[in-house]
Amino acid sequence: MSATPQAAGADIGRPGAPGGAPGSARPRVSVPDWVRGIRPGVALAGLVVAFFVVAMIVPSLLTGHDPYAVNLEETLQSPSWSHIMGTDQSGRDLYARIIYGARESLLIGLGATALGMGIAILLGVLAGLGNKWVDGIISRGVEVMFAFPILLLALLFVAVFGPSVTTEIVAVGLGTAPGYARMVRGQVLAVRDSGYVEAARALGHPYGSIVRRHIFPNAMRPLVVVMTLGVGQSIVWASGIAFLGLGVPPPSPEWGALLNAGRNYITQAWWLEVMPGLAIVVFSLSLTTLGRHLQQRLEGGVNR
Amino acid sequence: MATYAEPTGTTAIGVKPRRAPWLKRIAWRILGAIFVLWAAATFVFFVQQLLPGNQATLIMNEQTGNQQSYTAAQLAPTEAKYGLDQPVMTRYWDYIKDLAHGDLGKSYTQHKSVTSIIGEQVGPTLVLTVTALALAWLLALATILFTSRRRKAVSALGSGWEIFSAGLPYYWLGVILLVVFAIELKVFPVQGGTSIEGLVLPALTLAIPLAGFIGQVTRDEFEKVLDQPFVTSARARGMGDLAVRFKHVLRHSVLPAITLSGWALGALISGAVIVETVFARPGIGQMIVGAAEHRDVPLVSGVVMLVAFIYVVANILVDIAYAIVDPRLRG
Repeated sequence: MSATPQAAGADIGRPGAPGGAPGSARPRVSVPDWVRGIRPGVALAGLVVAFFVVAMIVPSLLTGHDPYAVNLEETLQSPSWSHIMGTDQSGRDLYARIIYGARESLLIGLGATALGMGIAILLGVLAGLGNKWVDGIISRGVEVMFAFPILLLALLFVAVFGPSVTTEIVAVGLGTAPGYARMVRGQVLAVRDSGYVEAARALGHPYGSIVRRHIFPNAMRPLVVVMTLGVGQSIVWASGIAFLGLGVPPPSPEWGALLNAGRNYITQAWWLEVMPGLAIVVFSLSLTTLGRHLQQRLEGGVNR
Repeated sequence: MATYAEPTGTTAIGVKPRRAPWLKRIAWRILGAIFVLWAAATFVFFVQQLLPGNQATLIMNEQTGNQQSYTAAQLAPTEAKYGLDQPVMTRYWDYIKDLAHGDLGKSYTQHKSVTSIIGEQVGPTLVLTVTALALAWLLALATILFTSRRRKAVSALGSGWEIFSAGLPYYWLGVILLVVFAIELKVFPVQGGTSIEGLVLPALTLAIPLAGFIGQVTRDEFEKVLDQPFVTSARARGMGDLAVRFKHVLRHSVLPAITLSGWALGALISGAVIVETVFARPGIGQMIVGAAEHRDVPLVSGVVMLVAFIYVVANILVDIAYAIVDPRLRG
């Protein structure tokens, strides 16, 4: 996450990533450079993310099974051709439940990340642009929040407010905010002290428009990447809370709730724990891969 | 440090400002730590005040297992017992004062002090986290010593594994290890309790992701140090590759990872909450999950404050460790 401030116009020459342009002897196929730069791993990660986004929007497209249909003749079946991820204690198809659970899981992850990022942007921009005192108070406050691990903060919130999805989102959002806030502050500081901001100031642009047109957009750009990585992390944390039985309650197919429900059957039906966990790991790993790819792109490095 | 003749001119370019003496720096750090703890306690106290509904009603319902409301006369003894009849600022002051004396308050659901409950449960968790920390360092260092700057495939495998393992959630890794080694292969017990055999899988579950983190941080530094002149000179003296890596490079490259120790301890305790649940292992983790479920606010707050305390102390120790590993920092 190194701070490489770019002038507001620096990415005019983008999509044409460096190295692609100089009249090389490549055959002129109409494949844009930004597509050519994608490695197979990144492409796979993109497919995985796309798959889960489809699952989030129209789950019925990806499975014919009903995630809530109880079938007491087919309880705890191991994975087979008719139920590729097996069935749970009520005979419900696990694959269908994971697909239908994607919506709630993704929304929780997005919500928590948006909340954390919102708080972080507010604090980080204030600290980065404020005077010594504002910066000092916010930075100390952020430091203090680092003393609370996310999961323990979440448990405190559960104890005070009672277990619910809202508690889960707020806890994960607040827990991740200090890390983001520190990053935002660093970005704002780097951009604030950069040459083009100084130039704008020398040209006599009003402070408000410098912040709006130069500092804000340039400081926020790297956060796109951080958000991509953050959604995966938030889902992992939120599922952990639900796994402990303190998040989304059982009948829901949310991934953490699936993990929690499967805990009692671990000795008989491993797939009830392994499969939802696999969904979480594969999804967050794909987001990480995509995020890193974006990062390399945005920081203007060579794609490798 | 400054063995060269210092320029006598007016500019101070190249002359480092004198470091504050060693003891003074430590004193400052301790003051800072007390500030962080005070702020953390203030945060925890005021989060508790946000509790929706009547606190005494909640306590009585949790203690009796009912869901009902009470008259003011019925609530009075409970309010008096937990000091809820006092004004907020009085309670805040008492809370901070008690914390300073190591008193974390009274549990709502168990008729004991939070300090004594934590004291009873902390043993197994301590064994688990310390074992995991040692194991994580061992794994991380072995991976780095043997895979960094080797043939391309080996290095890629090493760093790829680090990225992958650092992202593994504890609940999933724990379940996989449990299914493979305890349920299918039956090498380890499914519910190990606090036995030695029962320690292996939980400790591994905590150690593997942490090793990934330590590895990622250390590898960058390790590869940078490998290019340093003193490495070349050590090789020129005829030192073997592994010896160079072990004796010279490692010492320089573990610094960033040591900085993370305070954070790592916090992460390990967080992880212990989940791992103890997966392996049904007694300890603080299992206890705090139950406490959160039963809305036992003082008990959960107590553990949270304990972890904040550990974090702060660890960071001071890291500062000292830094000075030991890197003599340049000794003022």
